Amino acid sequence: MNTEIFTIPSKAKMASFILMGLGLVSIICMFMMDKGNEAEHYHAGTRAWSNVFAGSFFFAALALGAAFFLGLQYAAEAGWSTTIKRVIEAVAMYLPWGLSFLMLLFILGQFLHAHHIYHWMQPGVADPTSEHYDAVIAGKIGYFGVFWWVRTILYMVGWTWFTMKLRKNSLDADKLEIDVNNSFHWKNVKLGAWFMVVFAVTSSTATWDWIMSIDTHWFSTMMGWYVFSGMWISALVAITVLVIWLKKLGYLEYVTESTIHDIGKWMFAISFLWTYLYFSQFMLIWYANIPEEVIYFQTRWESYKTLMWTVFFVNFSFPMIMLMSRDCKRNFFFLMFVGTIIFIGHYLDVIMIVMPGTVGHSWTGLSWMEFGTFFFFLGLFIYVVLNALTKAPLRVKNHPFLQEALHHTT
Amino acid sequence: MATKQIIHGIFGDEVPMLEACKKLRAAGIRINDVFTPMPIHGIDAIIGLPRTRMAICAFIYGITGTSLATLMMWYMMVSDWPNDIGGKPTWAYYMAVPAFIPITFEATVFCAAHGMALTYLLRCWLIPGTKAKNPDPRTTDDKFMIYLELKEEQAKKAESILKECGVEEVNFKGTLQIEPKH
Repeated sequence: MNTEIFTIPSKAKMASFILMGLGLVSIICMFMMDKGNEAEHYHAGTRAWSNVFAGSFFFAALALGAAFFLGLQYAAEAGWSTTIKRVIEAVAMYLPWGLSFLMLLFILGQFLHAHHIYHWMQPGVADPTSEHYDAVIAGKIGYFGVFWWVRTILYMVGWTWFTMKLRKNSLDADKLEIDVNNSFHWKNVKLGAWFMVVFAVTSSTATWDWIMSIDTHWFSTMMGWYVFSGMWISALVAITVLVIWLKKLGYLEYVTESTIHDIGKWMFAISFLWTYLYFSQFMLIWYANIPEEVIYFQTRWESYKTLMWTVFFVNFSFPMIMLMSRDCKRNFFFLMFVGTIIFIGHYLDVIMIVMPGTVGHSWTGLSWMEFGTFFFFLGLFIYVVLNALTKAPLRVKNHPFLQEALHHTT
Repeated sequence: MATKQIIHGIFGDEVPMLEACKKLRAAGIRINDVFTPMPIHGIDAIIGLPRTRMAICAFIYGITGTSLATLMMWYMMVSDWPNDIGGKPTWAYYMAVPAFIPITFEATVFCAAHGMALTYLLRCWLIPGTKAKNPDPRTTDDKFMIYLELKEEQAKKAESILKECGVEEVNFKGTLQIEPKH
Protein backbone atom coordinates (compact mmCIF):
# COMPACT_ATOMS: atom_id res chain seq x y z
CA MET A 1 0.00 0.00 0.00
CA ASN A 2 1.23 3.48 -0.85
CA THR A 3 1.10 5.34 2.45
CA GLU A 4 2.04 8.71 0.96
CA ILE A 5 -1.02 9.14 -1.23
CA PHE A 6 -4.37 8.55 0.40
CA THR A 7 -7.02 6.59 -1.47
CA ILE A 8 -10.56 6.54 -0.10
CA PRO A 9 -11.42 3.05 1.14
CA SER A 10 -14.56 1.81 -0.64
CA LYS A 11 -16.25 1.23 2.72
CA ALA A 12 -15.78 4.85 3.74
CA LYS A 13 -17.09 6.09 0.40
CA MET A 14 -20.06 3.76 0.78
CA ALA A 15 -20.71 4.99 4.32
CA SER A 16 -20.66 8.63 3.25
CA PHE A 17 -23.11 7.92 0.41
CA ILE A 18 -25.41 5.96 2.73
CA LEU A 19 -25.36 8.85 5.23
CA MET A 20 -26.11 11.34 2.46
CA GLY A 21 -28.93 9.19 1.05
CA LEU A 22 -30.47 8.59 4.45
CA GLY A 23 -30.17 12.28 5.22
CA LEU A 24 -31.67 13.36 1.93
CA VAL A 25 -34.67 11.09 2.41
CA SER A 26 -35.26 12.44 5.90
CA ILE A 27 -34.84 16.04 4.74
CA ILE A 28 -37.52 15.47 2.07
CA CYS A 29 -39.83 13.75 4.58
CA MET A 30 -39.16 16.55 7.05
CA PHE A 31 -40.27 19.23 4.60
CA MET A 32 -43.42 17.27 3.77
CA MET A 33 -44.35 16.57 7.37
CA ASP A 34 -43.51 19.89 9.00
CA LYS A 35 -46.96 21.50 9.25
CA GLY A 36 -47.31 24.98 10.62
CA ASN A 37 -49.25 26.30 13.56
CA GLU A 38 -50.25 29.84 12.70
CA ALA A 39 -51.81 30.43 16.11
CA GLU A 40 -48.34 30.30 17.65
CA HIS A 41 -46.71 32.21 14.79
CA TYR A 42 -45.11 28.98 13.68
CA HIS A 43 -45.02 28.72 9.90
CA ALA A 44 -44.99 25.48 7.97
CA GLY A 45 -41.50 24.22 7.31
CA THR A 46 -39.78 26.45 9.84
CA ARG A 47 -38.30 23.56 11.76
CA ALA A 48 -37.21 21.88 8.54
CA TRP A 49 -35.51 25.03 7.30
CA SER A 50 -33.93 25.63 10.70
CA ASN A 51 -32.51 22.13 10.66
CA VAL A 52 -31.03 22.63 7.24
CA PHE A 53 -29.60 25.93 8.43
CA ALA A 54 -28.12 24.32 11.56
CA GLY A 55 -26.50 21.58 9.49
CA SER A 56 -25.13 24.03 6.94
CA PHE A 57 -23.83 26.34 9.62
CA PHE A 58 -22.30 23.69 11.87
CA PHE A 59 -20.18 22.13 9.15
CA ALA A 60 -19.28 25.45 7.51
CA ALA A 61 -18.20 26.73 10.92
CA LEU A 62 -16.26 23.54 11.55
CA ALA A 63 -14.32 23.98 8.31
CA LEU A 64 -13.76 27.60 9.23
CA GLY A 65 -12.46 26.48 12.62
CA ALA A 66 -9.97 24.21 10.85
CA ALA A 67 -8.90 27.07 8.56
CA PHE A 68 -8.41 29.23 11.63
CA PHE A 69 -6.41 26.50 13.33
CA LEU A 70 -4.23 26.15 10.23
CA GLY A 71 -3.60 29.89 10.15
CA LEU A 72 -2.87 29.82 13.86
CA GLN A 73 -0.20 27.14 13.43
CA TYR A 74 1.55 29.35 10.87
CA ALA A 75 1.16 32.58 12.80
CA ALA A 76 2.51 30.94 15.97
CA GLU A 77 5.18 29.10 13.95
CA ALA A 78 4.16 25.90 15.68
CA GLY A 79 6.17 22.84 14.80
CA TRP A 80 4.27 19.96 16.37
CA SER A 81 1.36 20.04 13.91
CA THR A 82 3.43 19.82 10.74
CA THR A 83 2.87 16.08 10.35
CA ILE A 84 -0.92 16.46 10.51
CA LYS A 85 -1.06 19.66 8.44
CA ARG A 86 -2.60 17.96 5.43
CA VAL A 87 -5.45 16.68 7.60
CA ILE A 88 -6.16 20.18 8.94
CA GLU A 89 -6.09 21.50 5.38
CA ALA A 90 -8.46 18.77 4.18
CA VAL A 91 -11.01 19.62 6.89
CA ALA A 92 -10.76 23.29 5.92
CA MET A 93 -11.44 22.37 2.29
CA TYR A 94 -15.11 21.88 3.15
CA LEU A 95 -15.39 25.65 3.69
CA PRO A 96 -16.59 26.61 0.17
CA TRP A 97 -19.24 23.88 0.33
CA GLY A 98 -20.51 24.94 3.71
CA LEU A 99 -20.57 28.61 2.77
CA SER A 100 -22.42 27.80 -0.46
CA PHE A 101 -25.19 26.12 1.50
CA LEU A 102 -25.44 29.13 3.79
CA MET A 103 -25.50 31.51 0.84
CA LEU A 104 -28.24 29.48 -0.81
CA LEU A 105 -30.31 29.67 2.37
CA PHE A 106 -29.75 33.42 2.66
CA ILE A 107 -30.83 33.98 -0.96
CA LEU A 108 -33.90 31.77 -0.49
CA GLY A 109 -34.85 33.69 2.61
CA GLN A 110 -34.20 37.24 1.42
CA PHE A 111 -35.36 37.15 -2.18
CA LEU A 112 -37.82 34.27 -2.35
CA HIS A 113 -39.07 34.37 1.26
CA ALA A 114 -38.99 30.60 1.31
CA HIS A 115 -38.31 30.44 5.03
CA HIS A 116 -38.66 32.51 8.19
CA ILE A 117 -35.35 31.91 9.90
CA TYR A 118 -34.61 35.63 9.96
CA HIS A 119 -37.42 37.80 11.14
CA TRP A 120 -35.82 40.93 9.67
CA MET A 121 -35.92 39.46 6.14
CA GLN A 122 -39.70 39.72 6.16
CA PRO A 123 -40.89 42.62 3.96
CA GLY A 124 -42.51 45.46 5.83
CA VAL A 125 -40.83 45.00 9.24
CA ALA A 126 -39.51 48.56 9.05
CA ASP A 127 -42.62 50.06 7.50
CA PRO A 128 -44.93 51.62 10.13
CA THR A 129 -47.96 51.16 7.90
CA SER A 130 -47.38 47.46 7.41
CA GLU A 131 -49.02 44.82 9.59
CA HIS A 132 -45.58 43.21 10.01
CA TYR A 133 -44.13 46.42 11.48
CA ASP A 134 -41.69 45.77 14.32
CA ALA A 135 -40.43 48.87 16.09
CA VAL A 136 -37.30 47.22 17.49
CA ILE A 137 -36.22 45.81 14.13
CA ALA A 138 -37.08 49.11 12.44
CA GLY A 139 -34.52 50.74 14.69
CA LYS A 140 -31.85 48.25 13.60
CA ILE A 141 -32.79 48.02 9.94
CA GLY A 142 -29.81 50.08 8.79
CA TYR A 143 -27.53 47.30 9.95
CA PHE A 144 -29.48 44.73 7.95
CA GLY A 145 -30.53 44.85 4.31
CA VAL A 146 -27.83 45.95 1.88
CA PHE A 147 -25.17 46.46 4.56
CA TRP A 148 -25.76 42.93 5.86
CA TRP A 149 -25.35 41.50 2.36
CA VAL A 150 -22.14 43.40 1.75
CA ARG A 151 -20.70 42.04 4.99
CA THR A 152 -21.86 38.50 4.31
CA ILE A 153 -20.26 38.48 0.87
CA LEU A 154 -17.05 39.96 2.28
CA TYR A 155 -16.80 37.28 4.99
CA MET A 156 -17.40 34.48 2.55
CA VAL A 157 -15.00 35.73 -0.10
CA GLY A 158 -12.37 36.72 2.47
CA TRP A 159 -12.32 33.47 4.41
CA THR A 160 -12.36 31.34 1.28
CA TRP A 161 -9.54 33.37 -0.21
CA PHE A 162 -7.35 32.99 2.89
CA THR A 163 -8.07 29.27 3.19
CA MET A 164 -7.42 28.51 -0.46
CA LYS A 165 -4.29 30.64 -0.51
CA LEU A 166 -2.87 28.89 2.59
CA ARG A 167 -3.56 25.55 0.97
CA LYS A 168 -2.14 26.59 -2.39
CA ASN A 169 1.11 27.90 -0.88
CA SER A 170 1.49 24.71 1.09
CA LEU A 171 1.02 22.57 -2.04
CA ASP A 172 3.24 24.80 -4.17
CA ALA A 173 6.07 24.48 -1.65
CA ASP A 174 6.00 20.71 -2.09
CA LYS A 175 6.18 20.95 -5.86
CA LEU A 176 9.73 22.28 -5.54
CA GLU A 177 12.64 19.90 -5.04
CA ILE A 178 13.95 21.99 -2.16
CA ASP A 179 12.46 25.26 -0.98
CA VAL A 180 15.74 27.01 -0.27
CA ASN A 181 14.62 30.06 1.72
CA ASN A 182 11.37 28.49 2.91
CA SER A 183 9.77 31.20 0.81
CA PHE A 184 6.34 29.55 0.70
CA HIS A 185 6.43 28.94 4.41
CA TRP A 186 7.14 32.61 5.13
CA LYS A 187 4.36 33.63 2.77
CA ASN A 188 2.01 31.45 4.78
CA VAL A 189 3.28 32.82 8.09
CA LYS A 190 2.40 36.30 6.91
CA LEU A 191 -0.90 35.14 5.48
CA GLY A 192 -1.73 33.24 8.65
CA ALA A 193 -1.01 36.28 10.80
CA TRP A 194 -3.25 38.47 8.63
CA PHE A 195 -5.94 35.81 8.70
CA MET A 196 -5.85 35.88 12.51
CA VAL A 197 -6.45 39.63 12.46
CA VAL A 198 -9.29 39.38 9.94
CA PHE A 199 -10.78 36.35 11.63
CA ALA A 200 -10.71 37.94 15.07
CA VAL A 201 -13.16 40.58 13.88
CA THR A 202 -15.18 38.68 11.30
CA SER A 203 -15.80 35.56 13.39
CA SER A 204 -17.61 37.76 15.91
CA THR A 205 -19.46 39.96 13.46
CA ALA A 206 -20.47 37.01 11.26
CA THR A 207 -21.96 35.35 14.31
CA TRP A 208 -23.96 38.49 15.05
CA ASP A 209 -25.12 38.67 11.44
CA TRP A 210 -25.96 35.02 10.86
CA ILE A 211 -26.72 33.58 14.28
CA MET A 212 -27.60 36.38 16.68
CA SER A 213 -29.92 38.04 14.15
CA ILE A 214 -32.19 34.98 14.35
CA ASP A 215 -33.24 36.39 17.72
CA THR A 216 -33.43 39.84 16.17
CA HIS A 217 -34.58 41.65 19.30
CA TRP A 218 -31.87 40.24 21.45
CA PHE A 219 -28.15 40.97 21.63
CA SER A 220 -25.09 39.68 23.43
CA THR A 221 -21.49 40.71 22.93
CA MET A 222 -20.38 37.26 24.06
CA MET A 223 -22.23 35.40 21.33
CA GLY A 224 -19.38 35.72 18.83
CA TRP A 225 -16.80 34.04 21.01
CA TYR A 226 -19.24 31.46 22.21
CA VAL A 227 -20.01 30.31 18.67
CA PHE A 228 -16.33 30.60 17.75
CA SER A 229 -15.26 28.30 20.60
CA GLY A 230 -17.89 25.80 19.46
CA MET A 231 -16.56 25.78 15.91
CA TRP A 232 -13.00 25.48 17.14
CA ILE A 233 -13.66 22.43 19.29
CA SER A 234 -15.69 20.76 16.53
CA ALA A 235 -12.82 21.30 14.11
CA LEU A 236 -10.35 19.83 16.60
CA VAL A 237 -12.52 16.76 17.07
CA ALA A 238 -12.82 16.28 13.31
CA ILE A 239 -9.03 16.55 12.94
CA THR A 240 -8.35 14.17 15.85
CA VAL A 241 -10.77 11.52 14.65
CA LEU A 242 -9.45 11.75 11.10
CA VAL A 243 -5.81 11.46 12.20
CA ILE A 244 -6.49 8.43 14.39
CA TRP A 245 -8.57 6.80 11.66
CA LEU A 246 -5.81 7.36 9.09
CA LYS A 247 -3.28 5.88 11.50
CA LYS A 248 -5.47 2.82 11.96
CA LEU A 249 -5.59 2.41 8.18
CA GLY A 250 -1.80 2.46 8.07
CA TYR A 251 -1.22 6.02 6.91
CA LEU A 252 0.59 8.71 8.91
CA GLU A 253 2.75 6.14 10.72
CA TYR A 254 5.26 8.94 11.42
CA VAL A 255 2.74 10.92 13.50
CA THR A 256 3.99 10.40 17.03
CA GLU A 257 1.88 9.60 20.04
CA SER A 258 2.88 12.99 21.44
CA THR A 259 1.30 14.80 18.48
CA ILE A 260 -1.98 13.01 19.17
CA HIS A 261 -1.56 13.80 22.86
CA ASP A 262 -1.22 17.47 21.88
CA ILE A 263 -4.47 17.50 19.89
CA GLY A 264 -6.05 15.78 22.88
CA LYS A 265 -4.84 18.66 25.06
CA TRP A 266 -6.36 21.11 22.59
CA MET A 267 -9.68 19.27 22.77
CA PHE A 268 -9.58 19.39 26.55
CA ALA A 269 -8.61 23.05 26.69
CA ILE A 270 -11.11 24.31 24.11
CA SER A 271 -13.90 22.38 25.82
CA PHE A 272 -13.17 24.61 28.78
CA LEU A 273 -13.06 27.73 26.62
CA TRP A 274 -16.52 26.79 25.35
CA THR A 275 -17.79 26.16 28.88
CA TYR A 276 -16.34 29.43 30.08
CA LEU A 277 -18.14 31.42 27.37
CA TYR A 278 -21.37 29.44 27.60
CA PHE A 279 -21.52 29.92 31.34
CA SER A 280 -20.35 33.55 31.34
CA GLN A 281 -23.02 34.55 28.86
CA PHE A 282 -25.65 32.82 30.96
CA MET A 283 -24.39 34.12 34.28
CA LEU A 284 -24.18 37.77 33.22
CA ILE A 285 -27.68 37.72 31.76
CA TRP A 286 -29.03 35.85 34.78
CA TYR A 287 -27.42 38.31 37.17
CA ALA A 288 -28.29 41.55 35.34
CA ASN A 289 -31.86 40.35 34.91
CA ILE A 290 -32.76 42.82 32.14
CA PRO A 291 -36.00 41.68 30.45
CA GLU A 292 -34.82 42.17 26.87
CA GLU A 293 -31.80 39.95 27.52
CA VAL A 294 -33.44 37.39 29.77
CA ILE A 295 -35.99 36.52 27.08
CA TYR A 296 -33.28 34.53 25.31
CA PHE A 297 -32.77 32.14 28.18
CA GLN A 298 -36.41 32.15 29.16
CA THR A 299 -37.40 30.44 25.91
CA ARG A 300 -34.61 27.94 26.39
CA TRP A 301 -35.42 27.36 30.03
CA GLU A 302 -39.11 26.80 29.36
CA SER A 303 -39.10 24.72 26.19
CA TYR A 304 -35.54 23.45 25.75
CA LYS A 305 -34.50 22.53 29.27
CA THR A 306 -33.44 18.96 28.51
CA LEU A 307 -31.42 20.07 25.51
CA MET A 308 -29.82 22.89 27.49
CA TRP A 309 -28.63 20.61 30.28
CA THR A 310 -27.61 17.86 27.87
CA VAL A 311 -25.45 20.27 25.93
CA PHE A 312 -23.88 21.56 29.14
CA PHE A 313 -23.04 18.16 30.61
CA VAL A 314 -21.98 16.51 27.38
CA ASN A 315 -19.71 19.37 26.36
CA PHE A 316 -18.33 20.28 29.76
CA SER A 317 -18.42 17.58 32.44
CA PHE A 318 -17.92 14.69 30.05
CA PRO A 319 -14.67 15.86 28.43
CA MET A 320 -13.47 17.26 31.76
CA ILE A 321 -13.68 13.91 33.50
CA MET A 322 -12.74 11.76 30.53
CA LEU A 323 -9.79 13.75 29.19
CA MET A 324 -8.22 14.96 32.42
CA SER A 325 -5.51 12.35 32.73
CA ARG A 326 -2.52 12.07 30.45
CA ASP A 327 -3.13 8.40 29.74
CA CYS A 328 -6.63 9.12 28.42
CA LYS A 329 -5.30 11.68 25.98
CA ARG A 330 -2.77 9.13 24.72
CA ASN A 331 -5.37 6.39 24.35
CA PHE A 332 -6.63 6.42 20.76
CA PHE A 333 -9.86 4.63 21.54
CA PHE A 334 -10.66 7.06 24.33
CA LEU A 335 -9.99 10.11 22.17
CA MET A 336 -12.18 8.74 19.37
CA PHE A 337 -14.97 7.92 21.82
CA VAL A 338 -14.94 11.23 23.70
CA GLY A 339 -14.44 13.15 20.45
CA THR A 340 -17.47 11.56 18.79
CA ILE A 341 -19.70 12.28 21.78
CA ILE A 342 -18.70 15.93 22.07
CA PHE A 343 -18.99 16.33 18.31
CA ILE A 344 -22.66 15.40 18.59
CA GLY A 345 -22.84 17.57 21.72
CA HIS A 346 -21.71 20.60 19.77
CA TYR A 347 -24.16 19.88 16.98
CA LEU A 348 -26.89 19.88 19.62
CA ASP A 349 -25.44 23.17 20.84
CA VAL A 350 -26.03 24.67 17.39
CA ILE A 351 -29.57 23.24 17.41
CA MET A 352 -30.10 24.93 20.76
CA ILE A 353 -28.77 28.22 19.40
CA VAL A 354 -30.95 28.17 16.29
CA MET A 355 -34.26 26.53 17.21
CA PRO A 356 -35.62 28.75 20.02
CA GLY A 357 -35.39 31.79 17.73
CA THR A 358 -37.26 30.13 14.88
CA VAL A 359 -39.39 27.26 16.16
CA GLY A 360 -39.81 28.81 19.60
CA HIS A 361 -42.24 27.19 22.01
CA SER A 362 -43.55 24.84 19.31
CA TRP A 363 -40.49 22.68 19.88
CA THR A 364 -41.35 19.07 20.70
CA GLY A 365 -37.94 17.74 21.51
CA LEU A 366 -35.19 16.15 19.44
CA SER A 367 -36.40 13.83 16.72
CA TRP A 368 -35.34 12.00 13.59
CA MET A 369 -35.47 15.34 11.75
CA GLU A 370 -32.41 16.69 13.58
CA PHE A 371 -30.46 13.47 13.19
CA GLY A 372 -31.49 12.98 9.56
CA THR A 373 -30.27 16.44 8.61
CA PHE A 374 -27.09 15.87 10.61
CA PHE A 375 -26.47 12.63 8.68
CA PHE A 376 -26.84 14.34 5.32
CA PHE A 377 -24.33 17.04 6.10
CA LEU A 378 -22.01 14.62 7.88
CA GLY A 379 -21.99 12.35 4.83
CA LEU A 380 -21.25 15.24 2.51
CA PHE A 381 -18.57 16.54 4.88
CA ILE A 382 -16.86 13.15 5.07
CA TYR A 383 -16.94 12.78 1.30
CA VAL A 384 -15.56 16.25 0.58
CA VAL A 385 -12.84 15.98 3.23
CA LEU A 386 -11.67 12.52 2.20
CA ASN A 387 -11.66 13.66 -1.39
CA ALA A 388 -9.51 16.65 -0.44
CA LEU A 389 -7.13 14.29 1.38
CA THR A 390 -6.47 12.32 -1.81
CA LYS A 391 -5.40 15.47 -3.66
CA ALA A 392 -1.95 15.77 -2.09
CA PRO A 393 0.64 13.54 -0.42
CA LEU A 394 -0.17 13.14 3.27
CA ARG A 395 3.39 13.88 4.21
CA VAL A 396 4.54 17.47 3.92
CA LYS A 397 7.88 17.72 2.10
CA ASN A 398 9.23 21.26 2.30
CA HIS A 399 8.49 22.61 5.72
CA PRO A 400 11.12 24.00 8.10
CA PHE A 401 9.53 22.29 11.11
CA LEU A 402 9.08 18.87 9.55
CA GLN A 403 12.02 17.32 11.40
CA GLU A 404 10.87 18.85 14.65
CA ALA A 405 7.42 17.34 14.21
CA LEU A 406 8.80 13.92 13.26
CA HIS A 407 10.76 13.83 16.52
CA HIS A 408 8.05 15.45 18.58
CA THR A 409 7.97 14.17 22.15
CA THR A 410 6.38 15.66 25.22
CA MET B 1 30.54 -0.64 53.78
CA ALA B 2 30.28 -0.46 50.01
CA THR B 3 32.20 2.06 47.99
CA LYS B 4 30.68 3.83 45.05
CA GLN B 5 32.43 5.94 42.49
CA ILE B 6 31.04 9.26 41.31
CA ILE B 7 31.30 9.59 37.53
CA HIS B 8 30.65 12.66 35.40
CA GLY B 9 30.23 11.84 31.72
CA ILE B 10 30.42 15.09 29.76
CA PHE B 11 28.97 15.30 26.23
CA GLY B 12 29.03 18.09 23.68
CA ASP B 13 25.61 17.29 22.21
CA GLU B 14 22.26 15.92 23.25
CA VAL B 15 22.04 13.10 20.68
CA PRO B 16 25.10 11.03 21.76
CA MET B 17 24.18 11.68 25.39
CA LEU B 18 20.69 10.25 24.92
CA GLU B 19 22.22 7.33 23.03
CA ALA B 20 24.56 6.70 25.99
CA CYS B 21 21.63 6.90 28.41
CA LYS B 22 19.74 4.25 26.45
CA LYS B 23 22.79 1.97 26.32
CA LEU B 24 23.58 2.40 30.02
CA ARG B 25 20.03 1.53 30.95
CA ALA B 26 20.06 -1.44 28.60
CA ALA B 27 23.20 -2.65 30.41
CA GLY B 28 21.31 -2.43 33.70
CA ILE B 29 23.10 0.63 35.03
CA ARG B 30 21.10 3.11 37.06
CA ILE B 31 21.42 6.74 35.94
CA ASN B 32 21.34 9.01 38.98
CA ASP B 33 20.85 12.29 37.15
CA VAL B 34 21.36 14.18 33.94
CA PHE B 35 22.29 17.85 33.66
CA THR B 36 21.52 19.69 30.43
CA PRO B 37 21.62 23.34 29.35
CA MET B 38 18.05 23.17 28.03
CA PRO B 39 15.02 21.00 28.73
CA ILE B 40 14.87 17.82 26.64
CA HIS B 41 11.35 16.51 26.07
CA GLY B 42 10.84 12.85 26.79
CA ILE B 43 14.13 12.40 28.67
CA ASP B 44 12.39 11.22 31.85
CA ALA B 45 11.35 7.97 30.18
CA ILE B 46 14.82 7.45 28.69
CA ILE B 47 16.72 7.81 31.98
CA GLY B 48 14.07 5.83 33.82
CA LEU B 49 12.59 8.49 36.07
CA PRO B 50 9.30 7.47 37.69
CA ARG B 51 6.16 9.31 36.56
CA THR B 52 5.70 12.64 38.30
CA ARG B 53 3.10 12.77 41.05
CA MET B 54 2.61 16.50 40.56
CA ALA B 55 -0.70 15.91 38.78
CA ILE B 56 -2.09 14.15 41.83
CA CYS B 57 -0.90 17.03 44.02
CA ALA B 58 -2.55 19.52 41.65
CA PHE B 59 -5.82 17.66 41.89
CA ILE B 60 -5.73 17.59 45.69
CA TYR B 61 -4.83 21.29 45.92
CA GLY B 62 -7.57 22.13 43.43
CA ILE B 63 -10.22 20.21 45.36
CA THR B 64 -9.02 21.95 48.52
CA GLY B 65 -9.51 25.32 46.82
CA THR B 66 -12.99 24.36 45.67
CA SER B 67 -13.98 23.29 49.16
CA LEU B 68 -12.49 26.33 50.87
CA ALA B 69 -14.22 28.73 48.48
CA THR B 70 -17.55 26.97 48.89
CA LEU B 71 -17.21 26.98 52.66
CA MET B 72 -16.24 30.65 52.70
CA MET B 73 -19.09 31.78 50.48
CA TRP B 74 -21.60 29.58 52.25
CA TYR B 75 -20.61 31.07 55.60
CA MET B 76 -20.42 34.70 54.45
CA MET B 77 -23.33 34.86 52.03
CA VAL B 78 -25.75 32.24 53.31
CA SER B 79 -25.16 31.26 56.90
CA ASP B 80 -23.82 34.32 58.71
CA TRP B 81 -25.48 37.21 56.91
CA PRO B 82 -27.84 36.28 54.04
CA ASN B 83 -27.81 38.93 51.32
CA ASP B 84 -30.27 39.74 48.61
CA ILE B 85 -28.23 41.12 45.73
CA GLY B 86 -30.05 42.04 42.55
CA GLY B 87 -33.07 39.97 43.47
CA LYS B 88 -31.01 36.83 43.94
CA PRO B 89 -31.73 35.75 47.51
CA THR B 90 -29.16 33.57 49.21
CA TRP B 91 -31.35 31.82 51.76
CA ALA B 92 -29.81 28.64 50.48
CA TYR B 93 -26.59 28.06 48.59
CA TYR B 94 -28.26 26.65 45.48
CA MET B 95 -30.42 29.76 44.96
CA ALA B 96 -27.52 31.89 43.78
CA VAL B 97 -25.13 29.19 42.65
CA PRO B 98 -24.23 30.77 39.26
CA ALA B 99 -22.89 33.80 41.14
CA PHE B 100 -20.62 31.56 43.21
CA ILE B 101 -19.11 29.72 40.28
CA PRO B 102 -16.48 32.35 39.27
CA ILE B 103 -15.10 32.56 42.81
CA THR B 104 -15.05 28.78 43.13
CA PHE B 105 -13.16 28.59 39.87
CA GLU B 106 -10.64 31.26 40.84
CA ALA B 107 -10.00 29.75 44.25
CA THR B 108 -9.47 26.33 42.67
CA VAL B 109 -6.93 27.72 40.22
CA PHE B 110 -5.27 29.81 42.94
CA CYS B 111 -4.79 26.86 45.29
CA ALA B 112 -3.73 24.46 42.56
CA ALA B 113 -1.16 26.89 41.10
CA HIS B 114 0.33 28.04 44.38
CA GLY B 115 0.29 24.56 45.86
CA MET B 116 2.12 23.16 42.85
CA ALA B 117 4.71 25.94 42.81
CA LEU B 118 5.42 25.58 46.54
CA THR B 119 5.54 21.79 46.31
CA TYR B 120 8.02 22.02 43.48
CA LEU B 121 10.25 24.50 45.29
CA LEU B 122 10.23 22.52 48.54
CA ARG B 123 10.69 19.15 46.87
CA CYS B 124 13.71 20.47 44.96
CA TRP B 125 14.76 22.44 48.04
CA LEU B 126 14.98 25.69 46.09
CA ILE B 127 14.31 27.90 49.08
CA PRO B 128 16.06 31.30 49.43
CA GLY B 129 19.71 30.97 50.41
CA THR B 130 20.33 27.51 48.97
CA LYS B 131 23.57 26.94 47.11
CA ALA B 132 23.46 25.74 43.52
CA LYS B 133 23.74 21.96 43.46
CA ASN B 134 25.17 21.77 40.00
CA PRO B 135 28.25 19.51 39.98
CA ASP B 136 29.69 21.06 36.83
CA PRO B 137 28.77 24.65 35.92
CA ARG B 138 29.54 24.02 32.26
CA THR B 139 26.20 22.19 32.00
CA THR B 140 24.48 25.55 32.25
CA ASP B 141 26.32 26.65 29.12
CA ASP B 142 26.99 24.09 26.39
CA LYS B 143 27.76 20.73 27.99
CA PHE B 144 25.52 17.76 28.72
CA MET B 145 26.36 15.57 31.69
CA ILE B 146 25.36 12.12 32.86
CA TYR B 147 25.87 11.78 36.60
CA LEU B 148 26.47 8.26 37.91
CA GLU B 149 27.21 6.67 41.28
CA LEU B 150 28.46 3.16 40.65
CA LYS B 151 30.35 0.29 42.24
CA GLU B 152 33.80 -0.61 40.90
CA GLU B 153 32.83 -3.31 38.38
CA GLN B 154 29.84 -1.35 37.04
CA ALA B 155 31.93 1.81 36.77
CA LYS B 156 34.27 0.08 34.32
CA LYS B 157 31.37 -1.06 32.18
CA ALA B 158 29.79 2.40 32.27
CA GLU B 159 33.03 4.04 31.25
CA SER B 160 33.38 1.84 28.19
CA ILE B 161 29.76 2.49 27.18
CA LEU B 162 30.26 6.25 27.57
CA LYS B 163 33.42 6.14 25.44
CA GLU B 164 31.69 4.06 22.82
CA CYS B 165 29.01 6.75 22.51
CA GLY B 166 31.49 9.55 21.99
CA VAL B 167 31.82 11.09 25.43
CA GLU B 168 34.10 14.12 25.61
CA GLU B 169 35.34 13.63 29.16
CA VAL B 170 34.87 11.02 31.84
CA ASN B 171 35.62 12.58 35.21
CA PHE B 172 35.98 10.48 38.35
CA LYS B 173 34.99 12.67 41.25
CA GLY B 174 35.96 10.59 44.23
CA THR B 175 34.01 7.94 46.09
CA LEU B 176 30.95 7.64 48.28
CA GLN B 177 30.59 5.40 51.28
CA ILE B 178 27.26 3.64 51.24
CA GLU B 179 25.87 1.85 54.28
CA PRO B 180 24.95 -1.70 53.32
CA LYS B 181 21.23 -2.41 53.46
CA HIS B 182 20.08 -4.64 56.28
